[in-house]
Amino acid sequence: MSMNVNSPLVDREIIQDALLTAMSNGGEWAEVFVEDRQSGAAEYDENRVETMVSSRDLGAGIRVTVGDATGFAHTSDISTSGLKEAAQAAAAAARGGAKITPIALRGSGTAESKVQILPESVPKARKVELLQKTDAAAREHDSAITQVTVRYSEGRRKVLVANTDGVFEADDQIRTLLSVNCVASGDQGLQTGRETVGYTVGFELFDDHDVEAMAQRAARRAITKLAARPAPSGQLPVVIERGGGGVLFHEACGHGLEADLVNKGASVFSDRIGELVAAPSVTLVDDGTMGVEWGTVAIDDEGCPTQRNTLIEDGVLTDYMWDHLRSRSAGRPTSGNGRRQSYQHLPMVRMTNTYVTNGDVEPQDIIADTQNGIYVAQLGGGQVNTATGDFVFGMTEAYLIENGEITAPLREGNLIGNGPDVLQNIEVVGNDFAMGSPGTCGKDGQGVPVGDGQPTLRVAALTIGGTAS
Amino acid sequence: MTRKLELPDLAAKLIAGARDNEQVEICVSRNRSTTVKAYSGQVESVRSGLSEAAGIRVIVDGRQGFASAGSLDYQVLNQLLDEARENLNFAEPDPYQGIAAPDGVVPPNLDLSDPTILQITEDQRSTVAIELEQRCLNADPRVKSVRSAAWSDGWGEFALVSTSGISVYSEGGSCSVGVQPLAVDGDETQIGYAGDAARRTDLLDLDRVVSEAVEGATGMLGATKPESKQLTVVFEPSVTAAFLGTIAGALTGDRVIKGRSPFADRLGEKIASPQLELFDDPTNIESLGADNHDGEGLATRKNNLIDAGVLSNFLHNSYTARRAGAQSTGSAVRGPRSTPGVGIHALCMTPGAGDRNDLFAQIGSGVFVRGVNGLHSGVNPVSGDFSVGAYGQHIKDGALGAPFREATIASTLQKMLLDVVAIGGDFEFLPSGSGVASMAIADVALSGT
Repeated sequence: MSMNVNSPLVDREIIQDALLTAMSNGGEWAEVFVEDRQSGAAEYDENRVETMVSSRDLGAGIRVTVGDATGFAHTSDISTSGLKEAAQAAAAAARGGAKITPIALRGSGTAESKVQILPESVPKARKVELLQKTDAAAREHDSAITQVTVRYSEGRRKVLVANTDGVFEADDQIRTLLSVNCVASGDQGLQTGRETVGYTVGFELFDDHDVEAMAQRAARRAITKLAARPAPSGQLPVVIERGGGGVLFHEACGHGLEADLVNKGASVFSDRIGELVAAPSVTLVDDGTMGVEWGTVAIDDEGCPTQRNTLIEDGVLTDYMWDHLRSRSAGRPTSGNGRRQSYQHLPMVRMTNTYVTNGDVEPQDIIADTQNGIYVAQLGGGQVNTATGDFVFGMTEAYLIENGEITAPLREGNLIGNGPDVLQNIEVVGNDFAMGSPGTCGKDGQGVPVGDGQPTLRVAALTIGGTAS
Repeated sequence: MTRKLELPDLAAKLIAGARDNEQVEICVSRNRSTTVKAYSGQVESVRSGLSEAAGIRVIVDGRQGFASAGSLDYQVLNQLLDEARENLNFAEPDPYQGIAAPDGVVPPNLDLSDPTILQITEDQRSTVAIELEQRCLNADPRVKSVRSAAWSDGWGEFALVSTSGISVYSEGGSCSVGVQPLAVDGDETQIGYAGDAARRTDLLDLDRVVSEAVEGATGMLGATKPESKQLTVVFEPSVTAAFLGTIAGALTGDRVIKGRSPFADRLGEKIASPQLELFDDPTNIESLGADNHDGEGLATRKNNLIDAGVLSNFLHNSYTARRAGAQSTGSAVRGPRSTPGVGIHALCMTPGAGDRNDLFAQIGSGVFVRGVNGLHSGVNPVSGDFSVGAYGQHIKDGALGAPFREATIASTLQKMLLDVVAIGGDFEFLPSGSGVASMAIADVALSGT
């Protein structure tokens, strides 16, 4: 099934006028970004639908650049006069440079989504059934499960990007997600287990994914942790299960390879292209074109088609990630990594789907070869200081490895490492690549959807932030 | 262009469309803001815009529906009302569900709107941003560049009108600065950060922002990974605020009634060291979190949470209060884009005596934690497990020593409250609205080498 090809969010002529107004004080380059976002969500808590919500956002952001200076204004009024007012505000902030007449806009300014079932076309009652089914599966798993929260969300984001280089491109981005959180009660208190499924697809998500199995996995996590012991304190080898720990690379080096941070010397990876920055078994890719993964988009928020960018190849740093501003000043093409949270924000360099490619070792051999260490089956979020490369990430499901075998479950905690050290300390990479859970990456106050993935692998040493000596 | 309706008029006009069997609450806001960033002595970017938002809650027979939009267009708002009505058909009845009813508590009548914010010029903004960068560069030769130096100011209006007779309106502005200097020594780079926010430009303390940010970067040069051991940690005020904020989250009505708080059945019990006094006080105008009304339009009030170590209260909005058989504590928090939650407005602790050095002298040995990372990934407010990345300086012989980094500190929220051994006299209100001081907690696991 396909959708109608609609007309552009805003007519070509109106956009052209807005670009002209934006350049009216001079300026080298101008851009109009229009966004129409509709989303819906429902939360099932304490055995009932607590609230069903819907939301709508429509607006535009207009940008003018002169040299390294940017003027930007946003408005929720996308009428001809609203865009003109925003264009004038953006123009006021960027003076100088030659006046130009905008080039004719190329492109259709329209896009067709490839999703099979538009979430908005599905009756809300079916979404409620889905929540009930998920909740019941989690509760039936074990009587120690005392609380279950299931969240469903759907989002559709239509964007239109036009600039004075002639770009006039659109995208229709649809994402659907379901998450389940379980609380288990035991003698030693409460524990939690979580599981999320989300893709850049429509409601067909639930034809391809078994929500009951997912609910049971979340329940099992919480139950397992009831018997968990405190995690160790200090350095140990860490094996990370496939798909469980792409966030490690997102934090350990992903952010440090964003050209805006690199250019300002705020990254430990500045000036290191061509150097061996990781173990030779590591190849790291950022790929915005990757199937229906959470971080996939046809174009970035600057109208540039996304692509597969190899960042580290066999341990050697090959490239950074780029947006319009940074690539223009470096005199090179953008890599399709200019993204923004909404029309109210300026784009900057962001990741899409970031992953480590397969090695050639069987995952069970990696575990068997580990004398004593930690096995991390699921990681939570993370955070990095790009200037030093120090990063943390949370383990939400982890076990001890004793004599080559996975043994006791561990309580939650953060791990800490240093990006450049950890990349060098990747001892072995498995052959069982998988993508992980959908994520939201936060940078300078803006959140964007990202994906990550990796095969099972072992880091020689990370510091485990537990309490057991 | 036609003049737009004033917010209270717009909300009142919409509420007139409520049907007899409906409880309706309409929340609208309008915010104008400008941010100027400087880099290399020049304006790097100027970002400005007007944001509008509306959220409508409709409740019929205990079923709640909600819809929101980034618009104040009257047609759009009418659509929202219908969407909220449609959404409620899918919620299941909850006898406690409902909008807030007026409770007779008189709001503190704080004057939070200083119109001087509206007179700030483009030149003033860029001058301060450029000056901030330059002053960081001048402050220490090891500061080689500044990642970001920013000025922001904004003015917001908010109105809430409901069928229970609540009608509130507020407006006000604030300004803020933030700067991130990079200190370099050989191959090593450290980044610092400091910021300030106020309701008036002359209340911003740029001297302090520059010295804190530069010290934050240069003070960490040469930091090494510490040895793993159990010790006493001293939290810097911003870290204290992050820690106590997590605690306060576990004392909110929704977490308590849903059995997701380790303190759910501990009311009236000793949960903390007797030195700890914790309260939420949005009636104190010194806090940027101060407000006359909460997110449901009820008067804000001072709420004690922990008195001399004893858990004295939970925070409630009108829904969690009805379920708990309590009164709302005026603790509804929300923007127009979401239904009311429960939370803190202006979390505050009672400070100890003396300055920070007195606190170090009292502790003798341990670590001073200047910052933490991974609060969202390593702290579980349901189980109480606490494990975060930490950096700062060693405390040796009662004084600050060498810097450390790439370490974690871990314990549990429950244990840490009881292990508070000293509270500093270095009380301050942070830009977040929290009023906090340094705080020492014993028997925490530091993990490094």
